[in-house]
Amino acid sequence: MSDVSCNCNCEANRAAQFADLAPVLEEYAQKPGSLITILQKTQDIYGYLSIDAINYISEVTGIMPAKIYGVATFYAQFRLQPVGKNLIMLCQGTACHVNGSQLIEEAITEHLGIEDGQTTEDGVFTLNNVACLGCCSLAPVMMVKNAEGDETYGNLTKTKVKEILDEISARTEEVAG
Amino acid sequence: MRVVVGQGSCGIATGAKKTAAEFERLIAEKELDIEVGVTGCVGTCYLEPIVDIYDDEGELTRYVKVQPDKVEKIVEQHLMNHEPVEEDTISDEDKEFVGKQQRIVLRNCGVINPENIDDYIARDGYKAIEKVLRTMRPDDVIREIKASGLRGRGGAGFPTWFKWNACYRAPGVTKYLVCNADEGDPGAFMDRSVLEGDPHSLIEGMIIGGYAMGAVEGVIYCRAEYPLAIKRLEIAMSQAREKGYLGEDIMGSGFNFDISIKAGAGAFVCGEETALIASLEGERGMPRLKPPFPAQKGYWDKPTDINNVETLANVPWIIYNGGEAFGAYGTQKSKGTKVFALAGKISKGGLVEVPMGLTLKDVIYGIGGGIKKNRQFKAVQMGGPSGGCIPADLIDTPVTYEDINKTGAIVGSGGMIVMDEDTCMVDMARYFLNFTRDESCGKCNYCRIGTKRMLEILERITEGEGKEGDIELLEELANKIKDGSMCGLGQTAPNPVLTTLRYFRNEYEDHIFNKKCTAGSCKALITFNITDNCKGCTLCKKNCPVDAITGEVKEKHVIDHDKCIKCGKCIDSCKFEAIIKK
Repeated sequence: MSDVSCNCNCEANRAAQFADLAPVLEEYAQKPGSLITILQKTQDIYGYLSIDAINYISEVTGIMPAKIYGVATFYAQFRLQPVGKNLIMLCQGTACHVNGSQLIEEAITEHLGIEDGQTTEDGVFTLNNVACLGCCSLAPVMMVKNAEGDETYGNLTKTKVKEILDEISARTEEVAG
Repeated sequence: MRVVVGQGSCGIATGAKKTAAEFERLIAEKELDIEVGVTGCVGTCYLEPIVDIYDDEGELTRYVKVQPDKVEKIVEQHLMNHEPVEEDTISDEDKEFVGKQQRIVLRNCGVINPENIDDYIARDGYKAIEKVLRTMRPDDVIREIKASGLRGRGGAGFPTWFKWNACYRAPGVTKYLVCNADEGDPGAFMDRSVLEGDPHSLIEGMIIGGYAMGAVEGVIYCRAEYPLAIKRLEIAMSQAREKGYLGEDIMGSGFNFDISIKAGAGAFVCGEETALIASLEGERGMPRLKPPFPAQKGYWDKPTDINNVETLANVPWIIYNGGEAFGAYGTQKSKGTKVFALAGKISKGGLVEVPMGLTLKDVIYGIGGGIKKNRQFKAVQMGGPSGGCIPADLIDTPVTYEDINKTGAIVGSGGMIVMDEDTCMVDMARYFLNFTRDESCGKCNYCRIGTKRMLEILERITEGEGKEGDIELLEELANKIKDGSMCGLGQTAPNPVLTTLRYFRNEYEDHIFNKKCTAGSCKALITFNITDNCKGCTLCKKNCPVDAITGEVKEKHVIDHDKCIKCGKCIDSCKFEAIIKK
């Protein structure tokens, strides 16, 4: 019993599967205290933290998967499920609350058929309620994150939010061709 | 001539990028030799997008609410013919918004290009660190900060010099200076504005702090929700390194100091020092018992000082102008100026920096222009989830750490959320408890379970199911959570409930015993009714998703309360203000 490794080549396959992650791990794997940074960069690449990704990070860094999972579930930023092409971050800060962010949430739910944390069936939108985005004087506010970057929309009304979503939806379709 | 477009996150959210692009397009099209620059947020968020045009003598004309369609006229009239488009320039009244302030922290915000270090240097930037390195010993710096009376601007209001001194005196060679830029308090955005609008003032403040306490490394723990702030900080740091203000042997003094950025991952509890340190080390951000204090055992167990962005951004000004000059502003115990974020139902929302000691009325009415749509001022929420609601009859309270504490609220990081008669105070308490319930790290039982139980009671009350004894139970739980929690989050979590109970107990009683929400906000307790203003236009009937409205054309319509789901669509569609909630 000298060799316990398998012959299925799974290690090589996994390395190929996470090729994009290699430079990140190279830079941070041995740097103490970098777990959150690694997870942030992993999420930037894949859009979320899959169980496979967590296990792979564990193998390379030597940090236990349970601990990685513990950190990933502690912070609001990390997602364990894939997200849509456009991530709607709807601000639930105090100023937005006072100025009716709940009505905006209802309008989004009605328009897209998704609630907080859910993704539309076509994978175009995910809705996430987030803590304050810091644009309080433009309340209510949302930020939409997609491949093009982040865009913040302020002074939302029920009508305005629907128009914005339609516009983004059309643009996403265009890109997809 | 020079065109400068304000592009903080708030400006961009109102379309400032499109406005800037339109200027660039037209300037290129007309072949003008005019540069289009960038600046941060000047604080008048309600006037965004803001465009400043400087003529060749440096004279400023400020345009407000410049949407792209207004750009062409400004280019043709002002840039080409030197005639300002008067109707789009800032009004005298709005000029006062900035004019009435005393700007120290925000001195460069909305004035300089945050992505160009020369702009900062031209406004006495990096002169303070030069003074420090050439003429001061570390304890001289600490003495100057003590003379200024500067207190932590992040929430607790602890004297800054004291923390610096503790770290300075702590034994050890490796020490850290951490900047808390994890502005998690919902409703406060002054740190974002400084990071986006004047990142060098924070960097210079950190270098000075590092020198004073013998730290060689600084870490900025910044919210991941502030991508623009992180980008501008990175640019500023690399420019400072190029110029020799950051890195090894700063300005030939032999002093080494460098800064790195760590992005937070979204946890309010990381505002607590020991939780922040745990997070920096890549762990779950859970607080631990103090002592040992971070000044003795902090980041990687080394002596660590943690200051907030606004605190550190004050430092260069204090060193350059002297501690006494700073202490001349404010009151005896609350010295200097403080930035407040005015938001909510205020007519002129934005950032204001004023000497401490002005009254709430001075800030809300004198600068903020009072309540939107001239409605009745009901309360102002200060201190976020750790703070409380200050009612209208205490509007003459001076804004100092001591006076605000007496009301049951706290100055906190300076968020002021203004509320009018449409805001339900029980709902506000529910909102904050929902927040702290979510953000409790779970370590202490009272905080973890107690906030959940309090939230359940508040939810029941707002849903019209409140019962006798609820108020007493809330009070009992509140006091136990305060006593039974280890960190500031739990100890202050009940404050929003306690202050609303103190000043608005009648609203709780109305909800519980009369099943009434006077603010018209709690859906379960209101009904929609059509008044005699109804012209019978049928619009509401068409828009009602559950066919709860009946009535003939040109006759008053009626709502069937059994069918009504209180979605509010009828109110939105009515053009005659004929539908009321009560």
